Amino acid sequence: MLKATWRSLKAHKARMLLSGLAVVLGVAFVVGTFIFTDTLKGTFDQLFSGEVPDVVVSQELAVGGDDGTGSVVSVVPQSVLDEVAALPGVARATGNVQVLGVALLDGEGTAVGGNGPPQLGLSWPEFPDDPKLSGLSLVSGRAPSGPEEIAIDIETAERGGFALGDTVTVVTQGPRIEAPLVGLFRFGVSGGFAGVTLTVFERQYAQETFVGEDAWNQLGITGEPGVTPERLRDDVREALGAGWSVSTGQELQDEQAEQFRQALGFVNTFLLVFAFIALFVGTFIILNTFSMLVARRTKELALLRAIGASKSQITWSVVGEALILGVLGGVLGIGLGILVALGLRALLAVFGAELPAGDLVLAPRTIIVGLVVGTVVTVVAAWFPARRASQVPPVAAMRDDVALPARSLRLRAVAGTLLLALGLVAVLLPVLVDDLPQRLQTLGVGAAALLVGVIVLAPVFSRGLVGVVGAPVNRLGAVGRLAVRNAQRDRRRTAATATAILIGLALVTAIGVLGASTTRSTDALVDDVITADVVVQSTSFVPFTTEVGDAIADVPGVATVSRVRQAPALVDGDAGAVVGVEPETFGLVNALDFDPAGLAEGGIIGDVVTAAGAGVQAGDEVEVTWGPGRTDTLLLRETYQPQAAFEGWIVSLETLERAGLRAVDLFLYVQLDEGADVEAVRAELDAVQAAYPVVQIQDQTEFKESITGQINQLLNLVYALLGLSVIIAIFGVVNTLALSIIERTREIGMLRAVGTLRRQVRTMIRWESIVISFFGAVTGVVLGLGLGVALQRLLVEEGITQLAIPWPLIGIVFVATAVVGVLAAVWPARRAANLDVLAAIRTE
Amino acid sequence: MQNPATGQSAERAAVPSPSAARSVGLRKVYGEGDTEVVALRGIDVAFEAGRFTAIMGPSGSGKSTLMHCMAGLDSASAGQVFIGDADLTRMKDNELTRLRRERMGFVFQAFNLVPTLTAEENITLPVDIAGGKVDRAWFDLVVGTVGLADRLTHRPSELSGGQQQRVACARAMVTRPAIIFADEPTGNLDSRSGAEVLGFLRRSVDEFGQTIVMVTHDAHAASYADRVVFLADGALVDELVDPDTNAILDLMKSFDQAPGAHGVLEAERAAGTRATGTPTAGTPATGRRCSRRPGAP
Repeated sequence: MLKATWRSLKAHKARMLLSGLAVVLGVAFVVGTFIFTDTLKGTFDQLFSGEVPDVVVSQELAVGGDDGTGSVVSVVPQSVLDEVAALPGVARATGNVQVLGVALLDGEGTAVGGNGPPQLGLSWPEFPDDPKLSGLSLVSGRAPSGPEEIAIDIETAERGGFALGDTVTVVTQGPRIEAPLVGLFRFGVSGGFAGVTLTVFERQYAQETFVGEDAWNQLGITGEPGVTPERLRDDVREALGAGWSVSTGQELQDEQAEQFRQALGFVNTFLLVFAFIALFVGTFIILNTFSMLVARRTKELALLRAIGASKSQITWSVVGEALILGVLGGVLGIGLGILVALGLRALLAVFGAELPAGDLVLAPRTIIVGLVVGTVVTVVAAWFPARRASQVPPVAAMRDDVALPARSLRLRAVAGTLLLALGLVAVLLPVLVDDLPQRLQTLGVGAAALLVGVIVLAPVFSRGLVGVVGAPVNRLGAVGRLAVRNAQRDRRRTAATATAILIGLALVTAIGVLGASTTRSTDALVDDVITADVVVQSTSFVPFTTEVGDAIADVPGVATVSRVRQAPALVDGDAGAVVGVEPETFGLVNALDFDPAGLAEGGIIGDVVTAAGAGVQAGDEVEVTWGPGRTDTLLLRETYQPQAAFEGWIVSLETLERAGLRAVDLFLYVQLDEGADVEAVRAELDAVQAAYPVVQIQDQTEFKESITGQINQLLNLVYALLGLSVIIAIFGVVNTLALSIIERTREIGMLRAVGTLRRQVRTMIRWESIVISFFGAVTGVVLGLGLGVALQRLLVEEGITQLAIPWPLIGIVFVATAVVGVLAAVWPARRAANLDVLAAIRTE
Repeated sequence: MQNPATGQSAERAAVPSPSAARSVGLRKVYGEGDTEVVALRGIDVAFEAGRFTAIMGPSGSGKSTLMHCMAGLDSASAGQVFIGDADLTRMKDNELTRLRRERMGFVFQAFNLVPTLTAEENITLPVDIAGGKVDRAWFDLVVGTVGLADRLTHRPSELSGGQQQRVACARAMVTRPAIIFADEPTGNLDSRSGAEVLGFLRRSVDEFGQTIVMVTHDAHAASYADRVVFLADGALVDELVDPDTNAILDLMKSFDQAPGAHGVLEAERAAGTRATGTPTAGTPATGRRCSRRPGAP
C-alpha cells in the first residue's frame, strides 16, 4: 500500500504542487510570525540583560508611557536621595533624570526616530565607571559638562548623520536648544537601544530643565558587599514609607521585559490570527485536490478493493499521501518562513513601526510548530476525501461508468441551516438587546457560526447562486453558457473553491465597514465637538514643550490658545488620568455640555459614570493625590454625560501647576481672530511646525484626515495580512480549473473536434474562473457587510456612531475578483486550448 | 447535396459524383528512428458526395488514422487532403477548426455529448459556437428523423446510449456539413440501438443526400454503406460497392487466411484473386459488386 501511495503522489506531481503550495504558504506565515517575534524578543532580551542597580526608587503613580500619555514622570526630591544615601548597607545612591520627548533634528530638520521607540533624554551618570549605575561607555569626545551640551549614542549618531563637534538642534519637552555634540557613547552591547534615541545632558542642567531643582526622576542604589538587593530593597522601603515605589533593579528589569513580552505576545497573536486564516483557506484547496484525485482514481481504488485491500487501507493510503505532502509542505514552509519574517518586518516598517534589526531566531519550537501545523492541516483536509475513497465498492472496478457514490446534500443543508440560524441569532441578539452581557463575545461566536454555516451550506446554494452570478455570462452565447454550466457542474468543488475566496473577502469587507464607520464617526465627532480653528497634537503621543503654544500665541491673527494637559493621580483612592484645561478658554474651542468655569479655584468636574464609580455627586469633595505628600481636596462642581471625546476627571491647569506638575502640553486648541488672514496665519503656523517637528499643527480638515490616515494605516496593514489568504485562494482557483480540465479532457477534445476555436476554449475557461470567483466574492461581501453592520451597531457606545459602507472598497474587491479570475485562468486556459484534440478523444 | 430535397436518388450510385473529400499520397508516420511507426503508407482515396462509405480493416490497419487525417483532426506527414477544393494540409489550426465547424460533422464511438447541455443544446452546439442562427425547419426535420423530438430537454445522462448517439448524429447533421465522419458510431451500442443509428445514417444519405464516411470493424455496420474500402497495414487493399454482410465477411476471412503478420498485400498479390491498388475518384469499383444492399429500414 505504501508503494501505491508513493506512486500516486509522484504521478500527480503537478496537481500536488498547487495544493502543496497552499500548505507551504500557510506554514510559512505561521513560521514567519514566530521567527519575527522570537527575533524581536531575542533583541530585547539582550537589552534587558545588562547590569542594573541593586535597588531603584521612583515615585508611585508615575506614568511610564504605556498608556500613551507619559505626561508626568516620577519626581524624587534630593532630600529622599540624601535619606537613602545615609541608610546603613547602602554603598552608593545616585539620582537620574530620564525624560521622554527629546528629539534630535537632523540636517533636514526632521526628528530622528519617534515612530515607536521613544526619544529619551538622560542625565550623565554620576558614576560612569560603575556598570550597575551606568549603562553608558564613552566612545569618543567627553561627557557633557555644561548647560546645553549633549552626548548621544553611536547608533543615533549614525542614523541622524551627526558627528562630534556638530551643533544639533534638540527639541525637548522644555526648551528647544542648539546643543554642541561633545560626546558619543555606546549603550549596552549593540551600541544603541533598539531604535530608542538616547540624548544625555549634564546632570545639573538635566535636573533643572526637566525635573526641577533638587529633584530626580529615579534613584539608583547599590548595596555594600554582603547586602542582598532584596534586603536593601526592604530596608529602603521601610525607611521611605508610602508613596514610593522601591524595587530591586532585577525586578524592574523583569517587569519591563514582561511588559514587552506581553506586547510581543499580542503582536504574535495578531499575526497568527491571519496565518491561521490563511491555513484555513488552504485546507479547502487541499480538500478539493484530494477529492478530485480520489474521483479520478475511483477505478484504481476499486481494483485495489477487489483484490483484497480493506477499507481502512484505502483510507490510509490517501491519508498517507496527505501526510507526505504535509511534511514536505511543512519543511518548505519553514524555509519560506524566514523570508516571511523579513517581509513582516518590512511590512510593519512601511506601516510606521520601526523595529530593531537582529539576527533571525529560528527556535526548535518554531520548526516543530511548522511541521505539525503543515501535517495536521493537510491530513485533516484530506481525511474526508480519504473516507470517501474507502466507500468505493469493489464492483466499480468492473463497471464502465465509474463514479463515486453520490452523496446527498441533505445533511449538509440541515447542518448548514442550523448553523446559519444559530449564527444569525447570536449576531442579532447583542445588536438588538442592549443589556446583554458579553455582547462582543456573543457577536464573535455568531460571526464564526455564520461563516462556518455559509461554508457548510455553500455547496447547497452554489448551483443557484452561480446561475444568478453567471446570468450575464450565460447570455454571451454557447461559450458563456458552457462556462456557467461547468461552474455549476460540481457543486462541492465550486463551493470549496469559492469558499477560499469568500473567507478573505468577508473579513476584508467587515473590517472595511468598521473602518469606514469609524472614520465617519470620528469626522462627525470632530465636527460636533471641536470648535477650534486649529488643533495641535504630538506626532508620537508624547506631550510637548509649552514653547509651541507660546509661539502660536504670538502669531498675529491668533485669538486664543487653549492648552490641554494630563496627569496621573489617585482620585478618591482610584488611580486614573486627570485632564487639565483652561477654564476661561476651553469652552470656546470645544462644544461642551458643562461649564468649564466651574473648574477655577479648586473645582473638579467628572462624568457621571466615573463620579458614580467614586461614589460622589455634584457638591461633594473629592480627594486627589498627585504624588507623595501632595494631596488636594477639590470640589465636584458638576457632572456630565461621558462621550467619545471626553470622559473622566477634568481640572484646571492651575490646579495641576499648583500640585507641582511639570508643564507639558498634550493638545492645543487654537482660535483665530475673526477676519484673520488665514493664509498669513497658516504660513506663520507652518514656521512654528518647522521649528518644532514633534507636533502637528492642523486645521479641522487636516485633523480629520490625520485621524482617518491612522485608521486607514491600520486597515491597510490588516488588508495586507489578509492578502496572503487571497493569494492562496487564487491558487485554489487555478488548482480547481486545472484539475477539472484534466477531468474534462475528452469533452474539451470533442468541443474542439466539432469546431470550437482555441480562443473560444480559453474564453470558456476564463469565464468559468470569473464566475466561480464572483460566486465567492458576492457571498463573502454580503456576509462581510452583514457582520460589519452588526459590529458597528454594537460599537455605537464605543463612539462608532455612524454607519458607513465602503463602496469604493467593495468596488475594488469586485474589480480585483475579476482580475483574480482572469489571472487564475491563464495557465489552465492555455492548457485546455492546447490539448491535442485526438489525444483528448482517445483518452481512456 | 446542399439542398436535401434534391438528394434523393436511387440511381445516384451509378452516376459517379464529384468527391466530397479525397486524399493524395497521404502518409502518416508516428515517432522517429527506431520507434517510427508508419500508420498510412501513401493513400489515394476519394469519398464521393452523397454516398455512404465505410472504412474497414483490422486493428492497427490505420483506418482511424485515415479518418482523423481526412477530418483535419490529425496532421498528415506527407501528401494532401482535400475537403471539396480546400487543402487541409495547408491550413492552420483556426482555419481547420472553422472548416470542421462549417463543413464537417462528427460522430464518435463514445463521449459525444457535453454532459452539462441538454439534447437540444448539444445538437445546436456547432451552430452556437460559430455564433450562427439555427435553421429551425432543418433542425425540426433532423430531430424528427432521429426521433428525438420528445427528448430535447433531457441531459445526456437521462438518455440511453442509442439516444445519445442519435443526438450526436443530429448534431453532426445540423450544420448541413459537406461530409460527416463517424468513428465506430455503433461500437458501444447493443445491436438494436446500433441498427437505429445506422438506419438514420442511411436515411440521411438517401433522403438528404448527405455524404458520410464511417470507420468500423463491424461487417454488419459496414453493410449499410454504399461502398466499403478496406485498409490493411496502412494501405488500401480492396473495396466493395453495395456490399452485403456476407460478402464483407468473406473478404475479411480471406485477409485472415493470408500468411504473415503484415503480409496481407503480398498475400493478395500472390493469390491474384482480386485487383489491388488505389481506387480514385470516379473509378468504378473493381471488386465484386453485390446486387443488393441488405434491407435497410
